[in-house]
Amino acid sequence: MEKMITGRVWVYGDNVDTDVIIPARHLTLVEPKDLARHCMEDIDKSFAAGVEPGDIVAGGANFGCGSSREHAPLALLGSGVSAVVAANFARIFFRNAVNVGLPIVECPGLTGHVKKGDVLAIDVDAGTVNNRTTGESFSSEPFPPFLKDLINSGGLVEYAKRRLRGEA
Amino acid sequence: MATEHTLAEAIIAGHTGDRAGAGSICRARVDFAFANDITAPPAIKEFGRIGAEKMFDPGRTAIVADHFTPNKDIASANNAKQCRAFAKKMDMRFWETGRCGVEHAFLPEQGLVLPGDLVVGADSHTCTGGALGAFATGMGSTDLAVAWALGEVWLRVPETIRVDYSGSRSPWVTGKDLILDLIGRIGVDGARYMALEIAGGAIDALPLDDRLTMANMAIEAGGKAGLFIPDGTTLAYAAARAERPFKPAYPDAGARYARRIEIDVTALEPVVALPHLPDRVKKAGECGELRIDQAFIGSCTNGRLRDLALAAAVLKGRTVHPDLRLIVIPASYEVYNESMKRGYIQTFLDAGAVVTTPSCGPCLGGHLGILASGERCLSTSNRNFVGRMGAADSEVVLAGPLVAAAGAVLGRVADPRELLGDDPAALGGI
Repeated sequence: MEKMITGRVWVYGDNVDTDVIIPARHLTLVEPKDLARHCMEDIDKSFAAGVEPGDIVAGGANFGCGSSREHAPLALLGSGVSAVVAANFARIFFRNAVNVGLPIVECPGLTGHVKKGDVLAIDVDAGTVNNRTTGESFSSEPFPPFLKDLINSGGLVEYAKRRLRGEA
Repeated sequence: MATEHTLAEAIIAGHTGDRAGAGSICRARVDFAFANDITAPPAIKEFGRIGAEKMFDPGRTAIVADHFTPNKDIASANNAKQCRAFAKKMDMRFWETGRCGVEHAFLPEQGLVLPGDLVVGADSHTCTGGALGAFATGMGSTDLAVAWALGEVWLRVPETIRVDYSGSRSPWVTGKDLILDLIGRIGVDGARYMALEIAGGAIDALPLDDRLTMANMAIEAGGKAGLFIPDGTTLAYAAARAERPFKPAYPDAGARYARRIEIDVTALEPVVALPHLPDRVKKAGECGELRIDQAFIGSCTNGRLRDLALAAAVLKGRTVHPDLRLIVIPASYEVYNESMKRGYIQTFLDAGAVVTTPSCGPCLGGHLGILASGERCLSTSNRNFVGRMGAADSEVVLAGPLVAAAGAVLGRVADPRELLGDDPAALGGI
């Protein structure tokens, strides 16, 4: 994961579910770029057309609730989203994001202190999220050590390769 | 170190050499690992990236092609073809349309999800298996690919919310009403990252199909698993179907729970969840003139035999409202066949419903009943998110089979007693 992530932000509320991140009618698609064309379309038609590489998505509580579709973090990655910041994440989305390499940051303090178009600077190692537009700064939750190791050693697939060879 | 285990901890402890206390992260063996026709294609891709050549134990792996089957278009047909070829090459379990069912109804019927098991599935409603006393949890495709290759997963051992149900349940109240009521109390993130452990005298008396409905929706409260303690009902069901030995697990009397909830079911009434979250729970009889355009009875939540029996009891001798479509989808061929033998299918057809082949169908807006702009569906499925069953401005109201069937006759959301009267004899003892 990048140590510093800076980008313009799209803001959504609590309980952003995977059905709105990528509606099931598009789940015959597999490639991130194809999924990205429909990302968020049921709650924000402007997202797919307006999102730019490096943009950040901010949500409230329980981001990514619902279905286990890995297509949801893939659709965000395919959109060029550099990170998702939320008060907290639904469990399966959390795992999927880690597994596909979508940076996610839990930052409960940011909720209510960010609006669409603000610029956020996320310092993953320091555990801070800075709203450069307002000047406010918030602390974020660190990953547990096990997950940090998993991410730093190349993700779950690399871990599984080593485990198959008896090296992990 | 806590040695008194919750049910979730007890099962995980039996599958790992690591510490299995709540909050710790461990590597655990899996007894069964499956994906469906949507989640398998990405899992197959990741399996290839891992470089694995075979399944950890082919008989303990499966692909259930249930979401977009019988295939709704060329893209879904191509995905199913890929699933079929991969399953054959890897000697996995795979069932053709006509011999299959909605995964979370079908796999327990096949004796593949058993008490004490640790089961992972690339589908969020994998938690359904908790009704049998399994630790069953949903994951994404990459996690599943790793489980196929290694026969193990990493897990954060969840804290547990213990829910004890007491009292005497009205025959008008089903497992769906119990779980919607619970989600209404704790919210859609009330059990986030946690396990629900559901027990009590009122649960001992609850049919297995209703327990499966309840476990199925643990995820709708954010839960990692929804577990029921195995009893005579569970063990008789599992023993009659299992091909392999299984070892039920039980919670210890001194187990530590993050939270305890006690609910007396005596006063509960039929409920619904209004758009667009499953925790927007309201009594079915207090929804005013909430008109519906479609009713759907089916899905991994409520497509089992007792669900169809209850729906048939409501629809017997009645007709579907003229302005409305009723879609009934038995969740497996076992359910379909048994419903045929018992006359339920004829009752549905006589009432003016359409009965279609086992599939997830309209639940996730796949096919067989997509909603148009502005339409509203009264559905026995599990999610009423924005756009879930079709157009972004369509609506889904969640309910149990009695409420859905009564609504199909009345054309609006209502308490089934409005149609059938207060005497539960109208349900024929189901």
